[in-house]
Amino acid sequence: MAKSWKMPKWFYQLGSPRWFYDISGRLLPWFSVAAGVLLIAGAVWGLAFAPADYQQGNSFRIIYIHVPSAVLAQSCYMLMAVAGAINLIWKMKVADMIATCCAPIGISLAILALATGAIWGKPTWGAWWVWDARLTSMLILLFLFIGVYALHSAIEDEVTAGKAAAVLSLVGLVNIPIIKYSVEWWNTLHQASTFKVTEKPTMPPEMYLPLILMVVGFYCFFAVTLMMRTRAEVLRREKRAGWVRELVEAN
Amino acid sequence: MYFSSFAELVAMEGHGPYVWTCYAIALTVILFNLISPILKRRHFFTVQGRILRRERQQKQQQQL
Repeated sequence: MAKSWKMPKWFYQLGSPRWFYDISGRLLPWFSVAAGVLLIAGAVWGLAFAPADYQQGNSFRIIYIHVPSAVLAQSCYMLMAVAGAINLIWKMKVADMIATCCAPIGISLAILALATGAIWGKPTWGAWWVWDARLTSMLILLFLFIGVYALHSAIEDEVTAGKAAAVLSLVGLVNIPIIKYSVEWWNTLHQASTFKVTEKPTMPPEMYLPLILMVVGFYCFFAVTLMMRTRAEVLRREKRAGWVRELVEAN
Repeated sequence: MYFSSFAELVAMEGHGPYVWTCYAIALTVILFNLISPILKRRHFFTVQGRILRRERQQKQQQQL
């Protein structure tokens, strides 16, 4: 007989909104400090101390915002789809709340990536926008985020809304490898990745170290904003629970 | 510092407007993502607090 498979205990704890509320409350200050320090250090280093690029001049300093926001927008999408899948399979409330909260954050990150890309494109390429494979697939990512957000808001029943949004985000997952490989599959104007995990970066350390700080800082910031938003969502959906009523009374 | 003066840092050899606009948009996005959940949380406690007080008042009136 096949041995029955059990998921680890923490996985089930994740399903408890109260547990999530408590643990995120304890983690929030740490991530906030890390995000603040890393983002300020990375921005000051990138703006004032890193040398200018020999081809792009000072406009290259935009990558310290553009690259982290673009990478994070894709991570945010993947998290939204995975959380949606967990909600579909295990009907986990917290996963649904996380997926719901990813959409508005993702919209803002995709807008930031596209806007900074366009502003960088003007002095570098001579155009705000070109219908290039990388740019177009990133624009589709923004539309997917908006679609998931709109679909969730359009359905009144919370459970049905969560399921529909999860299915849409899973279908849209196909766009993520398209964004990643667009610069290799098609002859695009957008440059290839500046650094990869497995290879040595093509930039000198005084240029890529601030970028690493900014990427890690953006991830910490994402953790902060996602936890804050999900905590507000936990309160809203659990407003009838005893522990939430106690919190309301205490406030 | 890479630049020799503050004015040069602002101008960035002509790229200043592009670079600073990007950082301003980034700051706006970051602030939006921080303020919006704080407002949501505050709104929740205001509304729920009001409901709780009303429920309590109704209970007291019934008892009288």
